[in-house]
Amino acid sequence: MPALLTDFLDSLLATIVDVLPIAFIVLTFQLAVLRKVPPSPVRLAVGFAYVVLGLSLFLLGLERALFPLGETMARQLTSPEVIGVAEGQSVDWTAYLWVYAFAAAIGFATTVAEPALIAVALKAGEVSGGTLKPWGLRLAVAVGVGLSIAVGTFRIVTGTPLVMYMVVGYVLVVIQTFFAPRMIIPLAYDSGGVTTSTVTVPLVMATGLGLAATVPGRSPVLDGFGLIALASLFPMITVMAYAQFSTWLNARRKPVRDKETS
Amino acid sequence: MPDRGRGQDAVLATARGVRSFVLLVLGTLRDLLPIIGVIAFFQVFVIQEPFPNWREILTGLLMVMLGLALFIQGLQMGLFPLGESMADAFARKGNLWLLLIFAFGLGFGTTVAEPALIAVAGEAAEAVADAGVIAATEDAMEEYADGLRYTVALAVGAALVLGVLRILKGWPLHFIIMGGYLVIVLLTLVAPAEIVGIAYDSGGVTTSTVTVPLVTALGIGLASAIRGRNPLTDGFGLIAFASLTPIAFVLVYGMVI
Repeated sequence: MPALLTDFLDSLLATIVDVLPIAFIVLTFQLAVLRKVPPSPVRLAVGFAYVVLGLSLFLLGLERALFPLGETMARQLTSPEVIGVAEGQSVDWTAYLWVYAFAAAIGFATTVAEPALIAVALKAGEVSGGTLKPWGLRLAVAVGVGLSIAVGTFRIVTGTPLVMYMVVGYVLVVIQTFFAPRMIIPLAYDSGGVTTSTVTVPLVMATGLGLAATVPGRSPVLDGFGLIALASLFPMITVMAYAQFSTWLNARRKPVRDKETS
Repeated sequence: MPDRGRGQDAVLATARGVRSFVLLVLGTLRDLLPIIGVIAFFQVFVIQEPFPNWREILTGLLMVMLGLALFIQGLQMGLFPLGESMADAFARKGNLWLLLIFAFGLGFGTTVAEPALIAVAGEAAEAVADAGVIAATEDAMEEYADGLRYTVALAVGAALVLGVLRILKGWPLHFIIMGGYLVIVLLTLVAPAEIVGIAYDSGGVTTSTVTVPLVTALGIGLASAIRGRNPLTDGFGLIAFASLTPIAFVLVYGMVI
């Protein structure tokens, strides 16, 4: 148990160091510039402490329970023995079906657990007055990340250029922006940046780097990255699609209601 | 008598608080169920190995649940109200420059010390030294990594300034973002090849778990405090800027160095 305690203190210290600049800037402006104590300062401080304590526990737990298992799994799944090919032999992309499945599943699952996304979804639900369901939004983002990681691993296996996928994605985003409900657009754009954080990055990177190291003819430096770039692009598409789908569904359910959008 | 009543109220309130927190902890199971399911499935059916040290895994999971519940509780009590009350206070004060300086400081300050960014900058310096763009000495590499770090921090600061200005002026987000992507595509064509991957990755590492809620609350607070702005369509979008500008700034950095 003492080892657990020191691990926890290490994690806590790291989080505090992480949060220090934010606390410093906020306090400076609050006291020196705004010169006003915010309402219920004790409650704020306790909330801040909860965030720091919660994050350190969260990260420590992940490192103990999920990361080692997930990373080993990513390595094993991408190893030539599991794929069933001899070293150095070129392979068909269909040999990696389990890898795409794992990539999609792990991308989806880690995104659902991403604290920053929980925060943004909560806020969106609150601000929209309940018309946007936080859970639906998070699922839409998670589907986007899952798809992106599956496509990203496929790209690594086939060795096709990243730029191609990015350009197609951007074009889709631009087209959807003109057709999606106006209120979802800023949220959709934000969700791209929110997804790639504490839980998703380590496991996704392990999958990408493991794959790039074992697929014949790929290099981890050149092909390993790009997963994160795709993972920030696809959620924009799925979140807008989710909004388009729900408005379409509502329009079908209530055919009497007059059209609001032009 | 009134004292006892108050004491009872306090006890009741505490009990309610404890009860809602326990519910919150149990509620996080829903957030974690997919990841537990995925790992269990692949472990049992695909890799076909028993779970190693399951006791460690179980305590780890409990910590993750408790941590997530505390984080969510802290968001509602601390980070969200803080961001909103500051936005409100700035709007009341009516000094645009102070608000913009705050936005820049928040973006720059939270990014420059970000551990993920420090790690990426170090790796980038090594990659660039390997490619022969800079000298492969300790000093040159450190200088390059520091330069990269400050470039990204500058970019996030600029993003929040631009994002806050957009909320104040009510500019439509999608035109700015699309314009930004166009600039990035054009820069990608002329920037050196070694920097492109680093640039695209740096957009993703900048937004940390504490910054995101605070910045989101700030944007929504501003949009609610200013008449004629809609919190939903105008309040969101700050994070989008913060993941876009680093790409452009790092591409330029690669061209200049």
